[in-house]
Amino acid sequence: MLAYTMKRLMAGVITVWFIATATFVAMHMVPGDPLMNDKAVTAEIRKNLEIKYGLDKPVGEQYLIFMGNMLQGDFGISFTQQNRRVNDIIRDHFPVSATLGVLALFFATIGGVVWGALTAVYRNRLPDIIIMFMVILGISVPSFVFAALGQLLLVNINSALGFSLVPVAGWGTISHMLMPSLVLGLSTMALLTRLMRSSMLEVINEDYIKTAKAKGLSPLRIFFKHQLRNAILPVITILGPQIAAITTGGFVVELVFAIPGLGRYFVQAVQQLDYTVIMGTTVFFGAFLVLMVILVDILYGFIDPRVRLQ
Amino acid sequence: MRSCLAAILLCLPCLGMAQTEVTSADFASQTITIALNQEPPQLNGMKATDQVSIFTLGHVMEGLTRYDRRGNIVPGVAERWEVTDTEATFWLRKNARWSDGSAVTADDFITAWQNVLKPATASEYAFILYPLLHGEAINKGELDPAELGVKALDEHTLHIRFERPTGYFEKLVAFVTYFPVKGEFLAAKGSRYGADATDLLYNGPFMITDWVHSASLHMVKNTHYWDRENITLNAINADYITADTRARLNLFIDGKIVHTSLDGETYKDALAQKLRIRRFTTGSVFYLEYNFRAGRVTNNINLRRAIQHVFDPDEMVNKVLATPGNLPGKSLFPVWLNGKTDKFRQEYRPQEASLDLVLAREYLEKARIELGVEQIPPLVLLVGDSPTAAKQAEYMQGVLKAKLGLDLKIDVQTFKQRLAKMTAGDFDIVAAGWGPDFDDVMTFGDLFTSWNMNNRGRYSNPEYDKWVRIAMNSADVTVRMDAMGKLQQILFDDAVILPQYEQGVIYLMHPNLRGVVRRVVGADPDFTHAQVLEKGD
Amino acid sequence: MATTLTAELTPELTPDFTAASHNLSVEQISRPSLSYWEDAWIRLKKNTRAIISLYIVIFLALFTLAGPLVWQVDPSLQDLNQISQAPSWPKTALLAAPYERWQPIILDDFPSEPDTFPDVIPAPDGLQTIGLATTQQIRLRWNPVVGAGGYSIYRNNHLPEGLNDLGLPLATTMGGNEISYEDRLNLEARKYYYSVVPTDGIDEGDKYVTLEVIPTIAITRAEATARGLISAASDLPEGASLTLHFHPFGTDYLGRDMLARLMEGARVSLFIGICAPFLFVLIGILYGGFAGYFGGQLDSTLMRFADFVVALPFLLFMILFKIAFGIGPGESGIIPMLIALVLLSWPGTARLVRGQVLQIRNNGYIDAARLLGAKNSYLVLRHILPNTMGVILVSLTFAVPGAIFTEAFLSFIGMGVAPPTPSWGSMCNEGVKTMLSHPHELIFPATFISVTVLAFNLLGDGLTEALDSRMRSR
Repeated sequence: MLAYTMKRLMAGVITVWFIATATFVAMHMVPGDPLMNDKAVTAEIRKNLEIKYGLDKPVGEQYLIFMGNMLQGDFGISFTQQNRRVNDIIRDHFPVSATLGVLALFFATIGGVVWGALTAVYRNRLPDIIIMFMVILGISVPSFVFAALGQLLLVNINSALGFSLVPVAGWGTISHMLMPSLVLGLSTMALLTRLMRSSMLEVINEDYIKTAKAKGLSPLRIFFKHQLRNAILPVITILGPQIAAITTGGFVVELVFAIPGLGRYFVQAVQQLDYTVIMGTTVFFGAFLVLMVILVDILYGFIDPRVRLQ
Repeated sequence: MRSCLAAILLCLPCLGMAQTEVTSADFASQTITIALNQEPPQLNGMKATDQVSIFTLGHVMEGLTRYDRRGNIVPGVAERWEVTDTEATFWLRKNARWSDGSAVTADDFITAWQNVLKPATASEYAFILYPLLHGEAINKGELDPAELGVKALDEHTLHIRFERPTGYFEKLVAFVTYFPVKGEFLAAKGSRYGADATDLLYNGPFMITDWVHSASLHMVKNTHYWDRENITLNAINADYITADTRARLNLFIDGKIVHTSLDGETYKDALAQKLRIRRFTTGSVFYLEYNFRAGRVTNNINLRRAIQHVFDPDEMVNKVLATPGNLPGKSLFPVWLNGKTDKFRQEYRPQEASLDLVLAREYLEKARIELGVEQIPPLVLLVGDSPTAAKQAEYMQGVLKAKLGLDLKIDVQTFKQRLAKMTAGDFDIVAAGWGPDFDDVMTFGDLFTSWNMNNRGRYSNPEYDKWVRIAMNSADVTVRMDAMGKLQQILFDDAVILPQYEQGVIYLMHPNLRGVVRRVVGADPDFTHAQVLEKGD
Repeated sequence: MATTLTAELTPELTPDFTAASHNLSVEQISRPSLSYWEDAWIRLKKNTRAIISLYIVIFLALFTLAGPLVWQVDPSLQDLNQISQAPSWPKTALLAAPYERWQPIILDDFPSEPDTFPDVIPAPDGLQTIGLATTQQIRLRWNPVVGAGGYSIYRNNHLPEGLNDLGLPLATTMGGNEISYEDRLNLEARKYYYSVVPTDGIDEGDKYVTLEVIPTIAITRAEATARGLISAASDLPEGASLTLHFHPFGTDYLGRDMLARLMEGARVSLFIGICAPFLFVLIGILYGGFAGYFGGQLDSTLMRFADFVVALPFLLFMILFKIAFGIGPGESGIIPMLIALVLLSWPGTARLVRGQVLQIRNNGYIDAARLLGAKNSYLVLRHILPNTMGVILVSLTFAVPGAIFTEAFLSFIGMGVAPPTPSWGSMCNEGVKTMLSHPHELIFPATFISVTVLAFNLLGDGLTEALDSRMRSR
């Protein structure tokens, strides 16, 4: 077990190194650079800027410098926020994104598993049809529409009540987090519902379920002990990447609900071609993703004893 | 299920209790809450370039002079001043203080200006200090910063020598790049200067007490500010940071913020909510710029004239932008610029091209013959990736196709890729805009000189350059304005640009809030002298 | 199948014995034997969901391919007289004189700046329209007010309830003697309430007057000719009414026909929305199936590569692809976009399939089949793939809207289709902004996307049930 984890972690380090290198190369191949701005500067000022940020050096040398610093855990200073270290940006804003993401995933998983199981139990009957209709709506309508609608709903609730029941935007208390995480979790919830339904349907007809029924186990016990446990596997498989996707993909929700998350930095960094922030966030998220995947694989081994970890 | 829902609803108010219920404009505490478009990227005044930073710095810092509510220059740190063709003297007020209680001295300005020009600082706005003697040479690294033509006659008297006559110098010193910096403090903070609330020393009406990056920024009245008696607001809290206009409108409706801008869609919701909408012209001009590099079809004047005679800025403003406040583009020089005694545009009326399809087609035919082609090849219009840019580009595409049979290819590019293409000259037409840095025609006038890097189409006309030089080297307002009038005519005759519109915005402001000033240059909106009334109308 | 097996085995098993007499009639299979896939096809045909999805697909194909033949409207033709019109019957318009610039009324015998600033400036009287109020222009005038240094003109969609509810601030005139205003701002044929507030030159007073105006739809002769509503030689008099083009689904923000745009947009969206998911799910199946089936070192290497691809910043690499493929301005880079999309999107499915395969390959029946000498390919095709189908179809269904919106996003940054070519996704993106005021611009494209997704969902369900032998009995 320990050896397996160590091996996975080693492989993870190599993966992250690949991610860093590929991103570095791509970033420098894309036209434009972080120093360009709406108002063009004179050649002299441009030269001063290049020297200050080390962009006058050959790209190869820049790569070595970056890798050297990265090994020491230093991603450098942001180009757009010239006083902030990328490390500080990640430290300040990742917890926000992570909180939002975990909450969203919590809603998504609970909702997905419950709805999915329901649809399987009531297959082709009214609850199934209604839930599947919602699922289709959930995946066909982009998240920014839900974000806008969700916020509008809050405004209308507040104005109907005459006081602020739930804040419309901002960050701080749990009440700030409810609507954005719900919106953020919607598409994942839809995906999980759908996945859960189809894997439940497969499990329901397995022999061991029939055996359990024949043994006279209570339906509830069969459901939790046998059906759910077996059906939940595909759900767990995608959870790892989904955690990463949800914590990085919160850009729209973060913007609409004025949440100081890392997702905004990640997207804006690419638009601004902010080299250091791109590298910092990509490597960080890459490492995060790899870790989550390892975690899920280990979890897999616990839930399904048939899958042996090599 | 229902009882469960009720239980959740009952719990929610308790969650909300964590923060006390304050209105966005609180009379008793004279506190207002606002939203920022984005996190201020840079609170180091020597390097700031963007709107949000300039907005914040404009509230917490003060230069030698400042603008009043009518846009006139009034004393700031300087009590009085004298500006001649070759030099200027500013007498600083003795009671100007930093937020640590120490005096703002002439040396603080010299420190700031030398630092801005030092190549190692790499300030993008260093050029705005080039009127100072040796400013440009220092920035190029040819001279030591100590050689800058600025000296302190005594602690409160600042003497400046000019590189060339700068008639608008008193307006320049109101700009952020000219703000003072306390030397010792800067040395102590090093690269951290301006990074956090405690890494700045303030000499303006407010000071930042608390700055949570991307979340909130709180400003309170600066008790050391010399004019504190005339500042009514006790605090300005920027509690929300988002660029989403609908989110900001929702916050406004919910009573969380005192001000928000509206766009072509959100204003309809504001109307339905029966909110009072106000209008303001930002002072920025938007236009299409042609590529004059050799080999480009847009180098042909007749082609440009053909487009000039079919484009109707009135239609664009009324139907495409479709919000009030925008003015049809008629000139590079916007209407608000001052001329000799009246507004520049009143004194030098720009010529307007007639909307004449027949004439336009004649020009197009001439262009076709001159270019020696069967048919004019499709033109490439380079635009940014904002929704409004795309909409305007599609409108232009429709106009040129319908009226001239010209094909326009829209080249949508993300921010930096667009800039790279603009710099490389990889376009026929590019959508551009210009916002003023200071309140003088020159901020627009020198745009199309052959040496200006912002002249992306590399338009080069010795006649144009000549008139800019004449204006630059004179402090005589008539000579300068006449020269600018000539530039305006050249821009029209040569069809150098296709002016589209002067930008206007519509916005909402809390009815209890008074004295907020909208500005075309400097901190906008300016809450400095605002006050919260007990009850609005 | 049973007969062939017997035939093969018999000679080996009974070399020394005389074959027992064989009554063929007993073993005769009355119906042709069905392979697994044939069986699945039959069951699919019996499935109502699958049939519904089939009809939807036929409808979408007709809409996309035959639609433009029936509805021959240029999807990129702009009509600035009919911006963001909701679906409606054809409208009629008056033929109007060509627009001429209008000189505001400025009185010579009235001061532009007041001599004294009164505390209360009364509201002007005599607010009226000049000429016919049309959607081309509405011209207003009013009587000057003593003490005014200018007038602010407001426009609202409802009757103002007070000074804070005057509506849209259109303009402020420069002097107390300028007593007219021409409004041309995006006029629609609806009721407007104009209010005029005198100012003292800087601040507005608090008395106002309101006028209700309903403009009639008008179109200039030049416009009408350009749109083919009348012929160039037509001597229809001004003021005559004519019928405007019919837009059954309304128009968009530049007055383009929504129906024609939906039809044209369908090509891009359906192509990307079907091809991309199909391709990357296929790659995902192969990759994930391969990794999961063989396992071990190969599996972990392959999966680490999948992690690598997932972690790459999508936007950055899309910009890079755009350059690598050399997509020029105005060119539609659909195929490159498809490739790029597939290259970056397969790992999700691959992971999912691998997980399923890992689980299935340890099942008893797999071992049993292997013991019986089943080949790898047989195991994968016959036993493993069908059992992962449910999960695969789910991920395929979800990839459809994903691809449609990714296309919209990429078109937005200059990859994918070039304007004015529409796509459902980009129409949706545009529609969101006008969600509350012109919902039809969002609802139509969103409905089409939903219907497409619905079709795939139903098809997916049908397939799952058809493919899963355990569900046969149900």
